[in-house]
Amino acid sequence: MSEDAKADVKLDLSGVMCPMNFVKTKLQLEEMDEGQILEVIIDEGEPVRNVPRSVKAEGHKVLELEEVPDGHYRLVIEKADV
Amino acid sequence: MAFTDEQLERYSRQILLKEVGGAGQKKIAAAKVFLIGAGGLGSPSALYLASAGVGTLGIIDDDVVDLSNLQRQILHSTKTINHSKVESAEETISKMNPDVKVNKYTGRLNSENILDIIKDYDFILDGSDNFPTRFLVNDACFFLKKTLISGSIFRFEGQLTTLRPHNVENGPVPCYRCLYPEPPPPGLVPSCQEAGVLGVLAGTIGIMQAAEALKEILGIGESLAGRLLIYDALDMSFRRVRVPKNPNCHLCGPKPTIHELLDYEISCTMPSPG
Ligand SMILES: [Zn+2]
Repeated sequence: MSEDAKADVKLDLSGVMCPMNFVKTKLQLEEMDEGQILEVIIDEGEPVRNVPRSVKAEGHKVLELEEVPDGHYRLVIEKADV
Repeated sequence: MAFTDEQLERYSRQILLKEVGGAGQKKIAAAKVFLIGAGGLGSPSALYLASAGVGTLGIIDDDVVDLSNLQRQILHSTKTINHSKVESAEETISKMNPDVKVNKYTGRLNSENILDIIKDYDFILDGSDNFPTRFLVNDACFFLKKTLISGSIFRFEGQLTTLRPHNVENGPVPCYRCLYPEPPPPGLVPSCQEAGVLGVLAGTIGIMQAAEALKEILGIGESLAGRLLIYDALDMSFRRVRVPKNPNCHLCGPKPTIHELLDYEISCTMPSPG
């Protein structure tokens, strides 16, 4: 997927701790349709270890996870039918 | 209805559950639950339903807080002795979760008032301490097609079941009268003040009533309808026994003989010796 994947919704969750970052990701995904793309920005450390794993555990697809400047990560998720 | 950040944080640990999520939390917030009695069973039920974010809790009790209640009625405290139980309950609940709307009813349920009082609630939790109320509540819930979650405790044993004879999606299920057709004659069983009980048992059963209520609100899991859960604190054992619908039940059977609410005599007296 290209650098600027066409996200339907973007959420900046930098500075948001676990588990609230995943709670907000999950609630956003609930509002979206199957196949839509959500892009979230999360912190390094605990968030980047936990959020992608929790997203997968709920059955969604992690399309991309890449480091971006300032110690953040960009996580691209495809909403699954769950 | 959107949640504030504070609400998201307060409920985050259950929103995280796949079976709850934001949609489930909204159902919980929209739910109206009625508690019969702010005593041993009603206390833990109310506290956990309130902490889970149940939007509206109705509570009825005609009593004031007595020192002897505090061994098990954890809504109340030494500070609220002699205060009305529903006032004391509201105070405790709103301190814990101001999101919850508490509707207070002081008095006793009877055949004249019960339908009007409970008609706007989705689920009814019976934590009453006497048979006349149990039968009245069962009959009223049957007529109004409300799901009733019934709990009782005695000495070291507790019982729990969900009664929803109107819901036949998993086959016919009983009402309370299918289990116990009539109240026992007054004086035959010790009730109310005379019966001893291990206080913590009220917590166990009351919390399980709250768990059943949350499952009903969310529409998840397997309901206890058609089963009676019997808990023995001395053995630390749980038994789950099937309780079938009584095909000849006077209330929910095909040829009912009970067509209106009845007031039975409330008696707290033990049989006189000799
Ligand atoms: Zn019946």
